[in-house]
Amino acid sequence: MYRSHVLVCGGTGCTSSGSEKLITALNEEIEKNGLSNEVQVVKTGCFGLCALGPIMIIYPEGSFYSMVKIDDIPEIVSEHLLKGRVVERLIYNETITDDGIKSLNETDFYKKQKRVALRNCGVINPECIDEYIAYDGYAALGKVLTKMTPEEVIDVIKESELRGRGGGGFPTGVKWSLARGNEADQKYVCCNADEGDPGAFMDRSVLEGDPHALLEAMAIAGYAIGADQGYVYVRAEYPIAVHRLQVAINQANEYGLLGKNLFGTDFNFNVEIRLGAGAFVCGEETALITSIEGNRGEPKPRPPFPAQKGLFGKPTILNNVETYANIPQIILNGVDWFKSMGTEKSRGTKVFALGGKIHNTGLVEVPMGTTLREIVEEIGGGIPDGKTFKAAQTGGPSGGCIPASHLDIPIDYDNLIEIGSMMGSGGLIVMDEDDCMVDIAKFFLEFTVEESCGKCVPCRIGTKRLYELLEKITSGNGVPEDLDRLVTLSEYIKQNSLCGLGQTAPNPVLSTLRYFRDEYEAHVNQKQCPAGVCTDLLQYEIIEDKCIGCTACARVCPADAISGKVKEPHVIDKDKCIKCGACIEKCRFSAIIVR
Amino acid sequence: MKSLAELQAIRDKMQANLGLRHDEEEKTRIVVGMATCGIAAGARPVLSAFVDLIGQNNLTDVTVTQTGCIGICQYEPIVEVAIPGEEKVTYINMDADKAKEVFEQHVQRGVPIAKYALNTVMDK
Repeated sequence: MYRSHVLVCGGTGCTSSGSEKLITALNEEIEKNGLSNEVQVVKTGCFGLCALGPIMIIYPEGSFYSMVKIDDIPEIVSEHLLKGRVVERLIYNETITDDGIKSLNETDFYKKQKRVALRNCGVINPECIDEYIAYDGYAALGKVLTKMTPEEVIDVIKESELRGRGGGGFPTGVKWSLARGNEADQKYVCCNADEGDPGAFMDRSVLEGDPHALLEAMAIAGYAIGADQGYVYVRAEYPIAVHRLQVAINQANEYGLLGKNLFGTDFNFNVEIRLGAGAFVCGEETALITSIEGNRGEPKPRPPFPAQKGLFGKPTILNNVETYANIPQIILNGVDWFKSMGTEKSRGTKVFALGGKIHNTGLVEVPMGTTLREIVEEIGGGIPDGKTFKAAQTGGPSGGCIPASHLDIPIDYDNLIEIGSMMGSGGLIVMDEDDCMVDIAKFFLEFTVEESCGKCVPCRIGTKRLYELLEKITSGNGVPEDLDRLVTLSEYIKQNSLCGLGQTAPNPVLSTLRYFRDEYEAHVNQKQCPAGVCTDLLQYEIIEDKCIGCTACARVCPADAISGKVKEPHVIDKDKCIKCGACIEKCRFSAIIVR
Repeated sequence: MKSLAELQAIRDKMQANLGLRHDEEEKTRIVVGMATCGIAAGARPVLSAFVDLIGQNNLTDVTVTQTGCIGICQYEPIVEVAIPGEEKVTYINMDADKAKEVFEQHVQRGVPIAKYALNTVMDK
């Protein structure tokens, strides 16, 4: 029995800000104070508020400490853990009110969240199967195996109207029933943990914070479709996730929750990990399956769909991590509970990875139908430095941007597609007035050019040409006709590419063109970048009236582009200027401007 | 894993340990004065006794926390027992044996022990 639990975030975010060292220091300090038998230090998964890491919560008080440093540890142990005095200076300031300290669940960041897939992240020790079991872990598997037929399981998932959380939003129950309907001597259950969108880390966090939930759900899926073997395809660049998943698999095998004759029935199920090398295309289902088979990760035409002929030519289902994380909860809490969250066509919740120009960078889970405004302004805490919101990119390189005019749209699968974006896996990158939308489109295209597997021509060559057009525009060489060329080429790539990568690659271009055509036009017509990002289009100028001739700029200019006599206004030679910005930093009279 | 009962057994055993990670209002709180005066007067063994007793009895709805000095140092070690919906009782001059009595009589059975209490609100 421990009287106090210290939960330290061991997600990737907090680990990189030093939580591992904190845990060591905490344990040493606790030992020194003779509290080892009373206080337990627990390494958990992600709490979500990554911007404030490393994060630590001390129970039973529920005190939420943020940005904890090693030097703070002795104070936390001697004040809080020994004497029971909360160290107020380290408390997350959102939780401090005039009447004392309020609960974490009441803060703006957590208030509107509804944690289903992330329910155990930041609550349990992911490397301890007993803690998972204490929070109803494996109870859904037990229920399914002892009290339900496979058909009943599929019916429940179908009725719940759960849709795939990996991007397309295909109904999970339908997928399962297709795979069940195909007779075969061997079937497979696969998990897509190859999360490749820049800025997305939802699946990673579930694997790091609650790996057993995935294993339990895969076993349930195996029972439902008649498979006894599962594979988790996870990228090797997620070392913490891979490690915890392997620990979880070992523990489940030891407890007989994976393996043979689960719960005394004749159902067997094994799970193995397959490491991916980090190719974006391997997030596409046929390419992923090909990669598990040991071949080069390239997509195949569909049909046949994996449910008919998938891994090793056998019926296979492939769901993403977040989808699986919902399954045990649906089995235990019922269809009505699940359907009570979200919108009519998109039930349940969705996890988003908030990034970019936003205060509370991190991981949030909200009911479907929450507006973008609520996510950005309330949960995310708005845009830093008093800047204004310009757009949010959802769905990463496959999605599109959502402009400020659509901030109040309820987010679900269908609404996002209607406004030219997509749910994708849930990356949500916020951009402000300082971001150039042409440059953003170019960034995502650069990514898809790099990640195109090269199998089909429209994607391999089309994305490259599209990228070159954008480069032409951002370097000031664009002509008005280029905008039409962008659209024509984009449509062509969308219609003719083999797999989802190519079919969605032009989306960032099309959606930025749709909502920010004026920025594109400024680039091609006036040769200007309104956000001041595209360096080739920038012009540095000295305002004559403000320049007193102090020569500071001329002395710092590395290209000797500034000339002028002492105490007389200086001039910048635009041909020599390399646009490094050194002169602006030096000028004390705000006499230099960028156009 | 051979049966649901086996799973249930692990679950029950672990839940007792994890109960304190929930912020629920409905819990009984045992608060031990752990300021310098409390520690000097021997509050540590008292605190440990409560922690052990809760563990032995698998109680999920009781938490033990510490507090600072409340100003009556001559009466330390001081322990407060707060059961939801009832008057808080402050016990003084505690030791491990008295703690056991308080635990058994008050925390478990709901009957405060007047002879150890500071306040005289003993209308039960």
